Amino acid sequence: MTRKFVEGSEAIVEAAILAGCRFFAGYPMTPFTEVLDNMAAKMPEAGGVCINAESELEAIGMTWGALATGARAATGSVGQGLSLMQESFSEITRAELPLVVFNMARGQSDYYQSTRGGGHGDYFHIVLCPIDVHEAVEHVQLAFHLADLWRNPVQIYGDYLLAHTAEAVELERIAYGDLPPKDWALSGDLNGTGRSRNINSIGMFKGAKGIQPEQFWKRLQAKFEDIKIKEPRHEAEFLEDADYVVTAFGTTAKFVRHVVREMRAEGRRIGYIRPVTLWPFPSQAYIDCAKSARGIGVFELNGGQMIDDVRLSVLGAAPVEALGGISSDESGFGIGPLLNTETIRTILEEAYVRATGAKAMGAGR
Amino acid sequence: MTLIDTDRPPQVPAKEWRARKPALLIDGDHDLCPGCGEPIALRSLLEVIEEIGWADRALAAVGIGCYTALTGLLDVDMVQALHGRAPSLATGIKRMRPDRLVFTLQGDGDMVNEGLQEVLHSAARGEAITCVLLNNGVFGETGGHMTATTVLGQRTKNTLSGRDAKYHGHPISMTDLLTPLGGVSYVARGTVTTARDVEKTRRYLRRALEAQIAGAGFSFVEILTMCPTGWFIPVTEGPGYLNETIAPVFHTGEFKVEGMVQ
Repeated sequence: MTRKFVEGSEAIVEAAILAGCRFFAGYPMTPFTEVLDNMAAKMPEAGGVCINAESELEAIGMTWGALATGARAATGSVGQGLSLMQESFSEITRAELPLVVFNMARGQSDYYQSTRGGGHGDYFHIVLCPIDVHEAVEHVQLAFHLADLWRNPVQIYGDYLLAHTAEAVELERIAYGDLPPKDWALSGDLNGTGRSRNINSIGMFKGAKGIQPEQFWKRLQAKFEDIKIKEPRHEAEFLEDADYVVTAFGTTAKFVRHVVREMRAEGRRIGYIRPVTLWPFPSQAYIDCAKSARGIGVFELNGGQMIDDVRLSVLGAAPVEALGGISSDESGFGIGPLLNTETIRTILEEAYVRATGAKAMGAGR
Repeated sequence: MTLIDTDRPPQVPAKEWRARKPALLIDGDHDLCPGCGEPIALRSLLEVIEEIGWADRALAAVGIGCYTALTGLLDVDMVQALHGRAPSLATGIKRMRPDRLVFTLQGDGDMVNEGLQEVLHSAARGEAITCVLLNNGVFGETGGHMTATTVLGQRTKNTLSGRDAKYHGHPISMTDLLTPLGGVSYVARGTVTTARDVEKTRRYLRRALEAQIAGAGFSFVEILTMCPTGWFIPVTEGPGYLNETIAPVFHTGEFKVEGMVQ
């Protein structure tokens, strides 16, 4: 086992190279910058290419071209940079290219951007949201596998904490099984046969006049439906007898999980769910817990975004309330006063008492 | 192949050449207008790729314009780019497949309006790709609107009294922008208005692709193409209009060869 004590940015890059990523293009922006630094340092020795693109528009464009050759390729940024990339994300998704995106977001306010597409057209990205660096090493490798398996982009939703926290992690290649051959990739071998390839998003075919968008896009929708069934992932604790369930995503969930475990140890019948995939959202886990829980609290550090997916999952079967909110220090990078276990403890305790009618703990807590 | 001698009448009937279909062209209908210059330019490019022996190793990134309606007939592996982005895609393709001949197709709206950043940075990086600009001075696909290369005085749908420098600004010449850049090995501009000009343009395309194969850096060929529909003139007047109004502003010829400014 190779155990290394590394920051999240470096671990993500090491995992990407282990997964066979050989092309990366990016534009610096905090807190994503160190992912680019590490790519620039490590990609050449791995036999790959890392280009410092002239903008996020070009970073995603270059990655798009690399993907079209069948290479494992990735780009990344923060939510702001991803805003610039949305037009290409849409085209790449509908052209069925296996893009991987490292989103080191400035906090949790980009949940909608990641899970709702963000660009034009009918499409989704699979979004993996690691709780810590250890899980990120696994998620990065899973992302390249899922992208190739589904021929669909996969995003890693990280943040400042994920990118800059150092953990001891095992950097080993994870085998996820066989994948179909990339016979769709550009190579030139079919040139002049009448069957050369045209990788596009609107149903253009060689030898045919015009486009066939309807049949092309209907097939894509069927794929998204299949992903919704097969790929939802979640982590849960103490749901069997939980009177109240709290849910959170990403690195924030690590604080919430810690507090829930504390409250459990003190006898509170509180449970915890974390969506590991933000899309597809693990709705079934919420449907199941809504049957017995008296309420679900959504602790997210934004104006209320994931709460929509929780409500759409339970469809009124249990009350759903927002427990988090906007919280940021002067940096604007998503670390605010609410990201504190004492504060979270107070919020969850009050929510638990409110929902269950249990007696409040002693004021000493 | 040998160059056509345009000083004397041809000794073999021209139809022999016309009857031969380029190996990389699929026979079929297309939606381009009568009098359009783009099919001539694209056919010339396919012929040159075949002649230099790279037909089974050519890859393309294609922009968005009228020529996109013809890509179904171009029997070359390609990826459809967004408006302006083709040089970035070609960069990614070439970096992963340096053993392939990689070219882009873009119109003036695509490259000079929305994609100026992409082409300039790709050129300055010295990417070993060949960018082909089909310049007709209008957004043909939308019905004849002003682009960054519309010449002064030219009437378009949004310059109804002619392009006025004070109100609409000045046209941009890609050869002027690209020629001084380090990383750029070959720059030329041709037209497809006469058989002689088609032959010259074919020579420019060949030299540009050969520069890429030699690993000399970025190469660029601009082809002025007729757009009688977008110029609101009769089909037969297209070549004359181009030669009289556009070619005097955008001069033809080679501007950089083997990295040397001409």
